[in-house]
Amino acid sequence: MKKYGIVLLAVAVLAAYSTDYSQFEKPLNKDQEILHALNRLTFGPRPGDVEAVRKMGVKKWVDQQLHPERIAENSELAERLKPLDSLRMSPEQIAAEYPPPQLIRAMSQGLLPLPKDPEARARVELQTQRLRAKQEAKGDVKDKQGKGGDPLQQAMRQQVLATSDPVERRKLVADRTPQQVLPYDLNEAKLYRAIYGNRQLEEQMADFWFNHFNVYMDKGADRILIATYERDAIRPHVFSKFRDLLEATAESPAMLFYLDNWQSVSPDRIPERRFAKQKAKQARGLNENYARELMELHTLGVDGGYTQKDIVEVARCFTGWTISQPNRGGEFIYNDRVHDKGEKIVLGVKIPAGGGKEDAEKVLDILSRHPSTARFISTKLAKKFVADDPPPMLLDRMAKTFHDTDGDIRAVMSAMLDSKEFFSEGAFRAKVKTPLELIVSAVRATDAQVDFAIPLATQIAKLGEPLYRKIEPTGYPSANSEWVNSAALLARMNFALALADNRVPGSKVDANTFENSVTNVARQLLFHEPARQTLDSIEKALAQREPTPALIAGLVLGSPDFQRR
Amino acid sequence: MTSRRLFLKSSALGMFGVGTAPAWLSRALYAADAPSPRKKILVAIFQRGAVDGLNMVVPFGEKQYYALRPNLAIPKPDRTENSAVDLDGFFGLHPALAPLKPIYDAGHLAIVHAVGSPDPTRSHFDAQDYMESGTPGRKATADGWLNRALPSQKDSSPVRAVSLGTTLPRAMRGQNEAVAIANLNDFQIRDTRGAGTFESMYENTLDQVLNGAGRETFEAVKLMQSIQKQPYAPAGDVQYPNSALGQDLMQIARLIKSDVGLEVAFAEMRGWDTHFNEVGARPTQGQLANLLGQFGSALAAFYQDLGDKMADVSVVTMSEFGRTARENGSRGTDHGHANVMFAFGGGIRGGKVLGEWPGLEPEQLYEQRDLQLTTDFRDVLGELAVRHLGNAQVASVFPGYEQPKYRGIVRG
Repeated sequence: MKKYGIVLLAVAVLAAYSTDYSQFEKPLNKDQEILHALNRLTFGPRPGDVEAVRKMGVKKWVDQQLHPERIAENSELAERLKPLDSLRMSPEQIAAEYPPPQLIRAMSQGLLPLPKDPEARARVELQTQRLRAKQEAKGDVKDKQGKGGDPLQQAMRQQVLATSDPVERRKLVADRTPQQVLPYDLNEAKLYRAIYGNRQLEEQMADFWFNHFNVYMDKGADRILIATYERDAIRPHVFSKFRDLLEATAESPAMLFYLDNWQSVSPDRIPERRFAKQKAKQARGLNENYARELMELHTLGVDGGYTQKDIVEVARCFTGWTISQPNRGGEFIYNDRVHDKGEKIVLGVKIPAGGGKEDAEKVLDILSRHPSTARFISTKLAKKFVADDPPPMLLDRMAKTFHDTDGDIRAVMSAMLDSKEFFSEGAFRAKVKTPLELIVSAVRATDAQVDFAIPLATQIAKLGEPLYRKIEPTGYPSANSEWVNSAALLARMNFALALADNRVPGSKVDANTFENSVTNVARQLLFHEPARQTLDSIEKALAQREPTPALIAGLVLGSPDFQRR
Repeated sequence: MTSRRLFLKSSALGMFGVGTAPAWLSRALYAADAPSPRKKILVAIFQRGAVDGLNMVVPFGEKQYYALRPNLAIPKPDRTENSAVDLDGFFGLHPALAPLKPIYDAGHLAIVHAVGSPDPTRSHFDAQDYMESGTPGRKATADGWLNRALPSQKDSSPVRAVSLGTTLPRAMRGQNEAVAIANLNDFQIRDTRGAGTFESMYENTLDQVLNGAGRETFEAVKLMQSIQKQPYAPAGDVQYPNSALGQDLMQIARLIKSDVGLEVAFAEMRGWDTHFNEVGARPTQGQLANLLGQFGSALAAFYQDLGDKMADVSVVTMSEFGRTARENGSRGTDHGHANVMFAFGGGIRGGKVLGEWPGLEPEQLYEQRDLQLTTDFRDVLGELAVRHLGNAQVASVFPGYEQPKYRGIVRG
């Protein structure tokens, strides 16, 4: 019973002190290379993928994944994305079409105009009535951490929604809970792209960068700002220059709101408010939140060599980077009136007095070209794509590429995917799948048809990774130890049985596609030879009863073998 | 009580068959029959995001507090809900924490102010990591203080260390087995055809990481089955709030009352990072007030639900660092230094605010901006590990911390 702890301790001690990276010198055979590339660059192989990569050649296939514009997209994906219209709207449109309760309240009190579109207007009126009835019935009790709510009710709701056709389902959600449309659309789109998309590495990168520049959906206005954040700030830049990606996030209303920079103003630059007496009492000034996370989490890393003084100086540079009317879907604006005009010194570099918006742009230049950033980003990528403790030699090369190409993300990825360390025994099956990877890979391996992805998102949350709902700016970790624990393991096994047995609403597995023996089903879903211990356990258990293909498949998907990638 | 225990016994032992039940199980089930030294239990609650300790326990006797926080300061006690709840003429509770006042008055709640980690970091992630590893400034520590705090013993229960949630926190990881439980009723393989097979797979796999976690899981699952058969009803008219922390504490209470061998438990509450609009129209309203309201009502419900059982239970609360003494430009506070901790339970010498108060005058502040530290968080946690849990080796719980200064929060 103690063995696990000792092993864990030993692994950690080794990781901290050992310099033995010899496993990363040992090459893989051809079959392993194909499987490894698929496991790391995609959300898990689908039937036929191994053969397709073999035919094309691993090197060429990897190169293609690095250039997603060269890959034709899957029509099944386009079909599923089509109804998710909130993802194509501006925040302002979203607020009008699918208003959150605060806006409905404001409209019902006459503080905001009702929407012009008759359908949206009817929705608001319906909601206003509901709101009143609710307020009369009881107080406003709500669980902010999103863990409450009746699970039975949730399950029934998902069952009902899953059995409706897409048009009807959309109307049901929009009429009853308009503020849910956008979160639903976001979750569905993410899962459909991961499950059906052909541009798999691009999708992995979108997940990586969103997580790196994490924004929490349930923080106030981010509820409506988050969709354009992912669409316009993250997705177009996943393979671009890091500087461009960094600036896109720095200027995005979602980030400005999430890390409070929109509220940060120079303490010396408050215009007299002669008329608004009640506001005059509110002293406004600097807010350090974004400046700190920008250096700690987005660029240099916590040990990247900045001080508390640098944080204040960076915050001063960013004063005036704000948003117009965030709750109504406002846009980024630079407000020179509240900008700190004094001289600043950031990491030893002088930013002269009298500057404006360009002060912060200079900060982004300094940070994106800092050697700590090259190292920090390279390390984070290697931890996600290679192993929890990647060899320093590889990190050196990646960081050098980062530096030499002025932060070209595609070039850094290419350096990593071209390396012997990537295709090595040290990396092969070294990572435990994250909840998102586990669930999507199971759906892909079984070739399940998904027509409503929200129940899958609910499962991912149960495994510990609620999508778009990481409250802290750190994002989710990628280390194995973070995802292996009893609650998560049980949830993984339960999901595996449920999916194979068609008990996950909205997803359909065709049991007829499964092979006819335990070994064959295992090979079919794992894409390699299963462990002897896994086969023995299944065979022993099934010796006593009639094995159904669905049960065998569920057991394989819940096996230790399937948890790795 | 007798019939429930008997029921638990027969159903739990039945799963193993006669004579094959592991020692921890029979000990756990028979513990109450033969009078033996009762197990002490420590529940640790982490307020992630750095709670504003200066508004949680208000130094209303300090003039400077009001000077530094023109918009945020909680008014001096005036017996209304818009003012601090007087504790000792100098400190007062945030009014949203009023449900804890009776525990303080009963002498069961001790408050330590100006406490925290001596490490200067203002990074949430690093500070939480240090507080959970119990080794400020040292990143290489592999395990967590709460795991190390478990006294060594043979045949311990598989659920002696439980954390509520879908991930196992840093504080709980390490050599002693520890399980994460999101929900007691869900802690099972729902399809009985799969349960045994999965158990065998994970028991035999050569994958060392999954093998260990898998074993621990299935041992705990068996024990949970006896609990899952009976719905839980809190004592009397106790109502846990429907918040995540409320529900987690209810599950911890359920584990404690089931006598399954729980020794340490961990729960957390998030969302304390109040840079913006920490207060609403009044300083006693708004974001922080809502959070503290959830926090206080959950702790109070737990205390009432456990009743006499609280004699063996201590609860301790912590947060990675405090917040700036001065309010910031957006009706909030930024990352600071020292903070406040609560310890409550039947064995706690409470009814007092402990620790030297460093003051809030400019020259008294840490780096001219934050509350100065006068008590190391390891003094509080170490005392609980040694004097409450009975772990004789404080040096192994907090390696490198040789001379702790206990504050006398555990009754001798």
